[in-house]
Amino acid sequence: MKIFLNNRAEEFPGETLLISEMLVLKKFSYKMRIVKINGLLIPRERYESTIIHDGDNVQMIYLMSGG
Amino acid sequence: MRFSEIKDHLAGFRVGIAGAGGLGSNCAVALARSGVGTLVISDFDVIEPANLNRQCYFASQVGTFKTVALKENIARINPDIIVIAHTEKLDKLNIPEIFASCDVIVEAFDSDKMKEMLAETVQTRMPGTPLVMGSGLAGWGKNEAIKFRKIDETLYICGDESTTAGEEMPPMAPRVGIVANMQANTVVEILMKRTRDYFRQ
Repeated sequence: MKIFLNNRAEEFPGETLLISEMLVLKKFSYKMRIVKINGLLIPRERYESTIIHDGDNVQMIYLMSGG
Repeated sequence: MRFSEIKDHLAGFRVGIAGAGGLGSNCAVALARSGVGTLVISDFDVIEPANLNRQCYFASQVGTFKTVALKENIARINPDIIVIAHTEKLDKLNIPEIFASCDVIVEAFDSDKMKEMLAETVQTRMPGTPLVMGSGLAGWGKNEAIKFRKIDETLYICGDESTTAGEEMPPMAPRVGIVANMQANTVVEILMKRTRDYFRQ
């Protein structure tokens, strides 16, 4: 499957992907973040149950401490 | 466009600022100087001596609630600005109430957990309200690493998106000020594209 991750086309094996799987595959390790799929923010408690489909626009933004 | 026209346009808008620390106090002052009519500022902390390395307060204000001190400082800069101060901790329940009817919301927290909670709450419970966030501003130097990203019409990120504030990497006035002013600049850009709603209030 091909998705747009942070505005770049990326290939992943299989036809669907959970957000939690995408985070592991991409080694997105910093714990605080925002994930949006096609413009909709997906809260953290839904990372294990939300499926990313072929062609989806996925945004992952790290939220760093400090202000 | 003349500044008098810009100021008149901005006077018709209301901006929410979540947190009145390094990002919030400096962003609020920039927005007040620009003439944004109403600022809704929320914070529950009192000013400590350690805050003065980056936050827009004075030594004589140590021990005062940040909301109270910021309202006072803004009144000294531009008495025409209405400041609505909420001295309470923000959570999923009160955020939509406190920032209801704000045209834009600025995320100005220190803690990454709070940043995430605010983003989840605003983006899911207040759809359509633009959120301007700060992420990554600790330390000094590295001007070239500080960036701005528009994710979509409702989410904007200012900062290097990589440094975490800590003992060995403290937040300091120059970089915090850059990001706070980038946030204010983003707010002004969003509002300058808007048509003013003359019928509100």
